[in-house]
Amino acid sequence: MLTGVKTELGRRYRFAASHRLHTEKLSEEENARVFGKCANPYGHGHNYMLEISVSGEVDPATGMIANLADLDSFVEREVIEVFDRHSLNEDVAAFRDVVPTTENLCIEIYKRLKSFPKAKLERVRVQETSNNSFEYAGENGRENL
Amino acid sequence: MVLITRKIEFSASHLYHNPAFSAEENRRVFGKCNNPHGHGHNYALEVTVAGEPDPVTGMVLDLKELKEILEREVMQRMDHRFLNYEVAELKGQIPTCENIARVIWELLDPKIKQGRLHRVRLYESADLFADCYRNGAAC
Repeated sequence: MLTGVKTELGRRYRFAASHRLHTEKLSEEENARVFGKCANPYGHGHNYMLEISVSGEVDPATGMIANLADLDSFVEREVIEVFDRHSLNEDVAAFRDVVPTTENLCIEIYKRLKSFPKAKLERVRVQETSNNSFEYAGENGRENL
Repeated sequence: MVLITRKIEFSASHLYHNPAFSAEENRRVFGKCNNPHGHGHNYALEVTVAGEPDPVTGMVLDLKELKEILEREVMQRMDHRFLNYEVAELKGQIPTCENIARVIWELLDPKIKQGRLHRVRLYESADLFADCYRNGAAC
């Protein structure tokens, strides 16, 4: 039923991970200049907060866009288990040749969650610290931000 | 266009139960939210209105007026109430975050005369919320 209102469900998750911002494509000097202390050789960590929004029809039988148990277990499997208490550089294949900035982390998380079968993923927002956050809504998702 | 947001908090109880489901099915779908005597939350509601600031007052709408609308339409209806039994607009619906947010949208939308309701965000907890937008409008 198409009503005049679009409803989205938002959910927040937390994980802790380490990373190092560094690329082989730049000299050591350039890495230090571009990434500053984020290029320190042994990496450092953050408490990341992930916020996702999904949309879909609210099922009149349950009042839900998606059952939270389904959403939570999907995010747990696709994101939390993969990233929590891991080194993004060393433990996540996607960051072997890609700098694990939080911009790239957003894109990677979006790709991992896009196939959630019970609702449409609208966007992901990742807060790296309480002072910065990043959002991604897919390649054509500008209007969804 | 400028967006302005006002936040209020209210406390209410609810439970999830669909009489068309068997007891077992209710338990499976709703988990502990199906506990028969209900449970409560501190809800936080953020209401965002979009508009152009009035050239004389500099305001999209008078926040005092929005505060009164929220008091009348939301606080008096829902604060310290059992949502399943005491809120007529939710009769026959499961009072999930999605449904409560939509009921609040429908209560507020016709009452906001200056500016236009842009978003209703209802937090059930710090980690769970629902957003309502006008269909077709950019988020």
